[in-house]
Amino acid sequence: MTPFLELTDIDIAYPPKRVVQEVSLHMLCAGIGCLLGPSGCGKTTLLRALAGFEPVQRGSIRLEGVELSRPGWTLPPEQRRIGLMFQDLALFPHLTVADNVAFGLRGWKSSERRARVLELLRLVGLADFARRYPHQLSGGQQQRVALARALAPRPRLLLLDEPFSSLDVTLREALAREVRGILLREGTGGLLVSHDQFEAFAFADEIGVLYEGRLLQWDSAYNLYHRPADRFVADFIGQGVLLPGRMGENGRMNTELGEIDGPALTGLTPGAAVEILVRPDDVIHDDTSAMQAEVVERAFRGAEFLYTLSLPSGARLLCLAPSHHNHALGQRIGIRLDIDHVVMFRRESSAGPTG
Amino acid sequence: MEVGCPSLHRRPLSQGEKGVGAWIVRIDRWTGWVLGTALLLALPVFTVFVTALQPAGEVWRHLADTVLTDYVFNSITLMLGVGAGTLLIGVPAAWLTATCEFPGRRGFEWALLLPMAIPAYIIAYTYTGLLDFAGPVQMLLRELFGWTRQDYAFPEIRSLPGAVLMLTLVLYPYVYLLARAAFLEQSAAMLEVSRSLGAGSWRRFLTVTLPLARPALIAGVSLVQMEALADYGVVQYFGVSTFTTGIFRVWFGMNDATAAAQLAALSLLFVFALLTFERLSRRQARFHHTGQRVQRPPRLALHGRWRGLATATCLIPLLFGFLIPAGQLSVWAWRTASHRVDDHFVDLAAHSLLLAGGAALLILLLALLLGYGQRLRPRSVVRLAVRGAGLGYAVPGTVIAIGVMLPFAALDRSVDHWVRAGFGMSTGLLLSGTLFALLFAYCTRFLPVALHSVEAGLGRIRPSMDDAARALGSRPRGVLWRVHVPILRGSLLTALLLVFVDVLKELPATLILRPFNFNTLAVRTYELASDERLADSATFALAIVLAGIGPVILLSRAISQARPGHDPLS
Repeated sequence: MTPFLELTDIDIAYPPKRVVQEVSLHMLCAGIGCLLGPSGCGKTTLLRALAGFEPVQRGSIRLEGVELSRPGWTLPPEQRRIGLMFQDLALFPHLTVADNVAFGLRGWKSSERRARVLELLRLVGLADFARRYPHQLSGGQQQRVALARALAPRPRLLLLDEPFSSLDVTLREALAREVRGILLREGTGGLLVSHDQFEAFAFADEIGVLYEGRLLQWDSAYNLYHRPADRFVADFIGQGVLLPGRMGENGRMNTELGEIDGPALTGLTPGAAVEILVRPDDVIHDDTSAMQAEVVERAFRGAEFLYTLSLPSGARLLCLAPSHHNHALGQRIGIRLDIDHVVMFRRESSAGPTG
Repeated sequence: MEVGCPSLHRRPLSQGEKGVGAWIVRIDRWTGWVLGTALLLALPVFTVFVTALQPAGEVWRHLADTVLTDYVFNSITLMLGVGAGTLLIGVPAAWLTATCEFPGRRGFEWALLLPMAIPAYIIAYTYTGLLDFAGPVQMLLRELFGWTRQDYAFPEIRSLPGAVLMLTLVLYPYVYLLARAAFLEQSAAMLEVSRSLGAGSWRRFLTVTLPLARPALIAGVSLVQMEALADYGVVQYFGVSTFTTGIFRVWFGMNDATAAAQLAALSLLFVFALLTFERLSRRQARFHHTGQRVQRPPRLALHGRWRGLATATCLIPLLFGFLIPAGQLSVWAWRTASHRVDDHFVDLAAHSLLLAGGAALLILLLALLLGYGQRLRPRSVVRLAVRGAGLGYAVPGTVIAIGVMLPFAALDRSVDHWVRAGFGMSTGLLLSGTLFALLFAYCTRFLPVALHSVEAGLGRIRPSMDDAARALGSRPRGVLWRVHVPILRGSLLTALLLVFVDVLKELPATLILRPFNFNTLAVRTYELASDERLADSATFALAIVLAGIGPVILLSRAISQARPGHDPLS
C-alpha cells in the first residue's frame, strides 16, 4: 500500500543554515498528525515545504504516492491540493464569509459551488453568517470560517500552523477536538504544527517531536510520554527529571535512590554513567520509607500536590502526592520509587534509545 | 534557539512559476520584469551622467567662466531660503494645531494644506500681477497717499528673494504635514517625564518636542529643497538663473545638449546629497518611532493674547499661500472667462485630463507590478532595482526631459539611418516628440509617488494572505488581482489621484517633450503668463488649482480621521 504522506530525508536550508535536516516520516493513512517542538525548531519551515512555499535541498515529499517536492523541483502550492490554516487565519477582509469559503472553488459550477459553501458553513455551524464580513465575527467564529475555507476545495491534506494558539486554553482544546472530528468526517488528513503538547495530545494520533531541525521521534502520544526515544523528548514531553546513575557490576543501575533494573543498552559496561527518567508519578510519597528528601517547592493542584524535592546530593526530583499530604517547605518526607518501565539514556551523549 | 522558523517575509530561495525552481540566482519572469522596468526607468538619469562625461565643449567653458557661479549661488540660496522659510512657517503651525487648543484649530488643521493645491508657477504669476506697478496693491498705495511713480520704492517680487517667498508659500505644507505627524506621535508620558524633571513649557519644547521631531523635520525640509531645486516655472518667470533655467537656455538657446547634460548632472549631485542626508535622518527616525499606540497628552488651551497669536500664526500662511492668490485668480477668471471658456479651453482641458488620467493609470499599474514583484521576490537585487526606480521623484523635470530626449533622438536617428540605408526611405522621428516620450518621462518622475502608496499598502497585508490564496489554488498573478487590489482599493485610488494632479501641474518636462502643437492647461498658462497676459491665463490656472484641491481633501480627511498608532488608510 502506498503511504498517505511520505517525507524522505528532507533537508531545507536558508544558506548557509540548514533549518531542517534529514527528516523522514510516514503517515500510512489519512490520519491526523502533529509536528511538536519549541519555537525555532524548524517545524513551521517543514510545514511550508509541505505546502510548497519552500523548496527542499535534499530528499523528497510524496503525497498519496505523487511526488510534490524534490531538489530543484517544487510543485507550486496552488497545484498541490493541500489546505492551509494559519495562526493569523488570513481571512480575506474584503470578502464575505461565503465568498471567503468560495475563494478556492474557482472553476466549479456555480450551483455546485453554492452547495459546497453551504455544506461547509453548516458543518462549522455558521450557515447564518454567510453574508457577514470577517471583522464582524468573534475569534472562534473566524477560526471556523478559516477551516471551512481551507476544506472547501477538498484538499487531501490540511496543514494547520498553530491555528488555535490565539484562543484561551479551554476553547483551544475544545476547538482542536472539533476540528479533529470534522477532518475525520471529511476524510481529509491533517497535520498540525504546535509548541503546545496538550494541544497536540488533544488533536493528533501521531506526533513528531522536532528539535533543532531534526525529527527525534514520530510516535503516539502514549509512547512519547512512556517510551521516549531521545533524551530531549523525555525532557520535553511531560514532566520529570533525569536521575544520574552508574551501572554496577551486577548489571543493575546504582542511583541515589537505590538499585534499579535498567534495560540492556548495547555496549554498556559496568561503571558507565547513565540517566534514568523519573516522572512525578514514579515517585511515591511513603512516610515509612527510609529514603528521605527535602521539599524545596510545592504547587497545589487541587486533587494533588506537585512537590519538587531535593536529594542529599542536590539532585532534584518531582513527586505527585495526594493533596491531603500537606508538607511545608524545608520539611523532609519519605519517598520510594515505583517505575513500571525504566527509560534510560547514556549520560555523555543523548544517543541510546531504550525499549 | 532562534535558528529556524524564519519570518514569512524572508523567502530568499526563488521558486519557478512552473515549478522549475533551482536555488541558484536565477532570473525568473517576475525578477526579470522588475529588473527590466527599473533599468528602463533609470535610463534618463543614466543618460545624463554618461553624456556629462564627454569632454567639456566650448559652451561649457564659456558657462564656467560666466554664469555657472550664478547658477550655483542662486540654486543654493533658493534651497536654503526655502528650507528656512518652510521651517519657520510649517513648524509653529504644526505644533499649534497638534498640541494646542485655540479658535479655528480644527479648520486650520486641514486648511493649512490648501497651498499645496497651487503650483508654484501659478502663485508666482498671481503675485506678480498683484504687486506690479499696475496691480491693485500699488494702485491702492498711490491712491491712498497720492504718490506718483517717483515717490516710493516698492520691492520687486520678480527677484531671488521673491522666488524664495513664492516657493515657501506653496511648499511649507510638506514640512507642516510631517512635523504635525511627528508631534502627534509624541506620547504624554514623555512630556510628563520632562515636566516632572522640572522643565518649563518653553524648555520642554526646545529640549524634548523639537529634537524628537527632528528626523521628520529634516525629511520635510529635504523634500521641500528638492522641489525648490526642481522648480522651473517660478525662477524662469522671475528671471533668476538657476540650474533648471540654465539647462533650458544652454540646450535651446545655445543648442548644446552635452553642456546641458553636464549642467543637469551637476544639479543631480545636489539632489543626491539631499537624498543621502534625508536617508540618514530617516534611519534615525526608526529609533524614535516606537510604533505603539501612544497616550495623547491633553491639548494646551491657549488664553488671551496667545490665542490671537496662535490664530494669526496659522492664518497668515493660509491667507498668503491660498486665499489671496486663489481669490485673485478667481477675480481674473471671472473677468476673462467669457472669452476664455470656449472650444479651445475644452480642447486643452480634454488634453490635460486624458494625458494626466492615462499617465496616472499607467504609472499605477507599473507601481503595482513593481511593488508586487518585490513582494514575490524579496531579493536584494530586486529591492535595489525598485529603490532605483523610486529615485525619479528627486530628479528635476528638466533633467528628466533631457534624459528622455537624448536616447530617443539617438534611437530615431539610428533607425532612420538604418532604414534609409536598407530601403532608401526615411522614417523620420519615431519616438521623439510623441506622447510616448512624454508618458515615459512622467513615469520616471512620478512612479515613486504611486510606488510609495502601493508599497505602504502591500506592507499592511500580511504574507499569510498570499499563502492562503496560493493554497486555495490561485496563481501569483491571481493573488494580486483577487486579493491585493480589492483590499488596497482605497490607497490605489489615492495614489491615482496624487499622480493625476502631479501630471496635470507638471510644467518643464511637458514643455520640452510635448508633441508639436500639443497644449495642456499647464503649458497654456505658462505661455499666456510669459506673454504678460496674466488675467487671460487665470481660467487655466484656476482649473489646475481646483483639480489640485482633490488630493488636499483626501489628505485632510486622512488627517482628521487619523489617530496616532492607527493608519488612516487601513
